[in-house]
Amino acid sequence: MKVLVPVKRVIDYNVKARVKADQTGVDLANVKMSMNPFDEIAVEEAVRMKEGKEHHAAGTVDEIVVVSIGVTQAQETIRTALAMGADRGLLIQSDADLEPLAVAKLLKAVVDEEKPDLVLLGKQSIDGDNNAVGQMLAALLDWPQATFAGKIVLANGKATVTREVDGGLQTLSAALPAVVSVDLRLNTPRYASLPNIMKAKKKEIAVKAVADYGVDTVPRLKVVKVTAPAQRAAGIKVADAAELVSKLKIVGVL
Amino acid sequence: MAVLVIADRDGDTVRDSTHKTVTAALKLSGDVDILVIGQGSKAAADAAAKIAGVRKVLLAESAGLGHQLAEAVEATVVGLAGGYDAILSPATTDGKNFMPRIAAKLDVAPISEIIEVVSKDTFVRPIYAGNALETIQSGDAKKVITVRPTSFDPAGDGGSAKVETVAGADAGKAAFVSDEMVKSDRPELGAAKIVVSGGRAMGSAEEFHAVMDPLADRLGAAVGASRAAVDAGYAPNDYQVGQTGKVVAPALYIAIGISGAIQHLAGMKDSKVIVAINKDADAPIFQVADYGIVGDYKVVVPELMKALG
Repeated sequence: MKVLVPVKRVIDYNVKARVKADQTGVDLANVKMSMNPFDEIAVEEAVRMKEGKEHHAAGTVDEIVVVSIGVTQAQETIRTALAMGADRGLLIQSDADLEPLAVAKLLKAVVDEEKPDLVLLGKQSIDGDNNAVGQMLAALLDWPQATFAGKIVLANGKATVTREVDGGLQTLSAALPAVVSVDLRLNTPRYASLPNIMKAKKKEIAVKAVADYGVDTVPRLKVVKVTAPAQRAAGIKVADAAELVSKLKIVGVL
Repeated sequence: MAVLVIADRDGDTVRDSTHKTVTAALKLSGDVDILVIGQGSKAAADAAAKIAGVRKVLLAESAGLGHQLAEAVEATVVGLAGGYDAILSPATTDGKNFMPRIAAKLDVAPISEIIEVVSKDTFVRPIYAGNALETIQSGDAKKVITVRPTSFDPAGDGGSAKVETVAGADAGKAAFVSDEMVKSDRPELGAAKIVVSGGRAMGSAEEFHAVMDPLADRLGAAVGASRAAVDAGYAPNDYQVGQTGKVVAPALYIAIGISGAIQHLAGMKDSKVIVAINKDADAPIFQVADYGIVGDYKVVVPELMKALG
């Protein structure tokens, strides 16, 4: 079985985003960039499937293809995934920050070419916070979807996925091929070992352009402005619980 | 311009998040319909019909819709979309699951988790874990939008809309297997007036519940948790407050043993009053807290219980 894992290069999750003074966006100059944490979890799960680790049966997955859509440096993100254990990479080069609809259309074109049995991806990227690409890709392909996965079992042509939902957990089964988006508690991604980082340098990354796919990526949304939210002022320290309770009673929340 | 709001159904009624989404919808149009999806949902549709300002309620039922399966909801809503200029849903896990799927089928850009309606085509939404607010103008003729409930006041009751039955699609290639819901008599995390949240400092699930549950019960509060506490297995996933978990904005938020990572702050910094209890005086949570106590929760929480009487 072949798994396609889309990954995105985003601001590192430890870095606090700062809005540009001209309100056109977030300042990413000289900011540390990393693989979107949710995508890292997707890569890790695909590798565990291939390795036959945990509940995954050996031989379930035999090839992992990683795709990223973004600037040239997104090759580093792909390289990280290859060092974790993915087999080959594809970069669709784009200097424009594409909207989820355009990304989903490009990924559909990749799926049409690669014909994976499973697309495994992060539930949302920590920059745009849209939580949309997986669901949109499933719709465009007419495939079933299982979002926010906390556990994935592949067997008998189906993905049985336990999803993290409001109120608890929901388990559903989706006939393969399917799109599964992953949540935080699916696994803890590994750090690539030095030998694997060296090996990854020899793995293939194909580079293509958005135009090669002939899909409509014209933005539908115009960013009017990007502003910083109102800052909360730090309050006061109180000495003990009794003082706290009396303060809370004064402001009327108790 | 007519707007369709997809209800957040809860058994025989609809959740408060539906009323809040109706408020956002009424800023777009006076013609707001509600779609109730499920199985055996007539009572919930009748409850939705009482929301003030609603034109009519549509009721769609099938087995797949009973579990809010995305494929079934998408097929049902896309069938109705011709009559609407905008489709709104609260940004619950269900809404987040099916709305982008609906948008892709309609070939429109979904607009996720709006916190403000500026005009009929312009909205504000948080990005980068709420560290930036993006104002976007949609060029699509039809708009597919999820609404962050905590940013809107609930529409009142007093309406008497008619309930109509419409065709409900089924799920096709996906099927419901089971669910495992956390049972609780406490208020729902997203709608509670007081939230008490615990962090990794608790050290175990037993300790988490031993500390948090009595305090929550004393205050009539919902219990939340940091990602670290949920990852460590101290609290169920449904408790997680943050960028990718629940977003809450109660009148009072009490963070206990939570350091205050950016991702956690994204989920609670719109609370009216924030209290932090942490033994590390430099913890970032104190930068957003109105009242802070520097101390070990093991000492402070029992004192707090005593002070509350």
